[in-house]
Amino acid sequence: MIQLIDVCRVFHMGDQAIHALNQIQLTITEGEYVSIMGPSGSGKSTLLNVIGLLDRPNSGRYLLDNIDVTDLSESDQARVRQNKIGFVFQSFHLIPRLTAAENIELPLILSGIDPNERKKRVEAALLAFNLIERAQHRPAELSGGQRQRVAIARATILRPTALLADEPTGNLDHRIGSEVITLLENLHHAGTTLIIVTHDRELGLRAHRRIAMRDGSIIADER
Amino acid sequence: MKYYDILQFSLNTIKSYPTRSFLIVLAMALGVAAVIVLTALGDGARRYVIQQFSSIGTNLIVVLPGRAETAGSFPGAAMGQTPRELTLEDARWLGYIPQIRRYAPLNVGAAELVGASRLREVSVLGSTVDLLPIRHMELAQGGFLNQGSENNAQIVLGAKLAKEFFPDGNAVGQRIRLGDRRFIISGVLASQGETMGFNSDEIVIIPIYHAQALFNTTSLFRILIEVRNRSDIPAAKEAIKEMLIQRHDGEDDVTVITQDAVLSTFDRILNALTLGVAGIAAISLAVAGILVMNVMLVSVSQRTDEIGLFKAIGAQSRDIRYLFLAEAAWLSLVGAIIGFVLGQFGSLIIRVAYPLLPAWPPLWACLAGIVVAIGTGTLAGILPAVRASRLDPVKALSSK
Repeated sequence: MIQLIDVCRVFHMGDQAIHALNQIQLTITEGEYVSIMGPSGSGKSTLLNVIGLLDRPNSGRYLLDNIDVTDLSESDQARVRQNKIGFVFQSFHLIPRLTAAENIELPLILSGIDPNERKKRVEAALLAFNLIERAQHRPAELSGGQRQRVAIARATILRPTALLADEPTGNLDHRIGSEVITLLENLHHAGTTLIIVTHDRELGLRAHRRIAMRDGSIIADER
Repeated sequence: MKYYDILQFSLNTIKSYPTRSFLIVLAMALGVAAVIVLTALGDGARRYVIQQFSSIGTNLIVVLPGRAETAGSFPGAAMGQTPRELTLEDARWLGYIPQIRRYAPLNVGAAELVGASRLREVSVLGSTVDLLPIRHMELAQGGFLNQGSENNAQIVLGAKLAKEFFPDGNAVGQRIRLGDRRFIISGVLASQGETMGFNSDEIVIIPIYHAQALFNTTSLFRILIEVRNRSDIPAAKEAIKEMLIQRHDGEDDVTVITQDAVLSTFDRILNALTLGVAGIAAISLAVAGILVMNVMLVSVSQRTDEIGLFKAIGAQSRDIRYLFLAEAAWLSLVGAIIGFVLGQFGSLIIRVAYPLLPAWPPLWACLAGIVVAIGTGTLAGILPAVRASRLDPVKALSSK
């Protein structure tokens, strides 16, 4: 369960303070499917980064599964991030010199799982995301949809409780984009909390809970 | 992240940037090779000099007339001006010192050698039969200044002279004139080539009495002394000094040089030289280290989004630091190993090209080269690694 209490995030541009998040109150229970929409600069990506522990709020508390993670040390936050949160990005962020299989394996290497176990899990993920034939290809040799599938496989390989997707279809055409969304929704059906930040109204409306943001505040929260 | 995985992962990263990695490894390798080859040269020169010194004899003590003055003139050169000359009688008395195995008084001069309708100027050594073993010389034919017949007019020719005067090789037993005296050739020296700038192939050796008569002197040029053991050298030196002071009415007017002292002086000088060139070569290692730092810094800024991603998928700052540090360490390790091989190969080429120069790289230089290379390379990786680990993941991820 994700609980944000009075969360503020302020950026300074010159002598101007920009309230990217302004007194956010938000509770997302486990297994929810949430979309966050809003114009650019509305703070939706910042919100996602705070939820994903990539960014720290300037004030307010963040409870993740009833544990206050706001003031955890950097390395403790990294550990929480590793175990509970998966990220999917608009630009995929695959490492170009690694093959699809190696990209998927990365989180397993980072968490110190031994090579045999890693191999088994990567194999299973490749199968689940229909990437078996592409396993030894580098990102440059993959289509956009395949790249995002690799990225999703990487984000879910450690079975996080929450999957955070920042414009996951932004770089994909409509058909491929909806395939990717279907994939993410399948993960949601399997029990993962799914939070998608998007510009795309149609896509946003598919979520069971729709949050609209403007100027750092939540202006609508529909179910 | 496990250490094994860190090493494996960073090694793979290096392999995927072949040009970049090759250049750094090359710089490191050249640095290490430079240290090894230059120290091999320096140490080779040292060994060469020591070898040359040792080839003129072992456990040698040389007595010169005159004392080395603080004014700095070379004592041997001031021969005529010494208060008291060094005589054959002095030499004979030195022979009674127990530590001394043998001694050879020496007179040196130049005279015309005439025979077989040829004539040339030659260097003349006047000495006794013990000169041969003391100076480690060998005979090719005949005998040396035969014991018991020291006063006979006999002469030993250098190898080249024997060839020039008697191309048929039947020199022994022939008569030859040196200056205004006639000698019978008793032997021919084996060819030894040049040692310490002194070519024993173009000299003649005659008994000391004949040399003193020929050059009309009673003063000796040197007394060469061989002691029984290396450990006897200091005691023998003292005994020689004492005896000569006594014989010279309490006047300390001779200079006693031990080969050991000369050797160790040269040893020290050339060791310092070797260390000096090693130091100069080490600068290239420092340069290679800076190159590693530079390339790693570029690499960090090129790979910011990768670092951001690593953080997003749960990498600790420590993992990222170690990954970059391991990359720098790998590059310098591979560079050091290749440099070691290159250095050994370079030294081998020098040894083949100049067989006289024993250019073996000293062990300390090889170890120091490798350790310093790995050390500077890894050290140079620290700054980029720390910088990478401190990147803000949000900024790093949006760097595109």
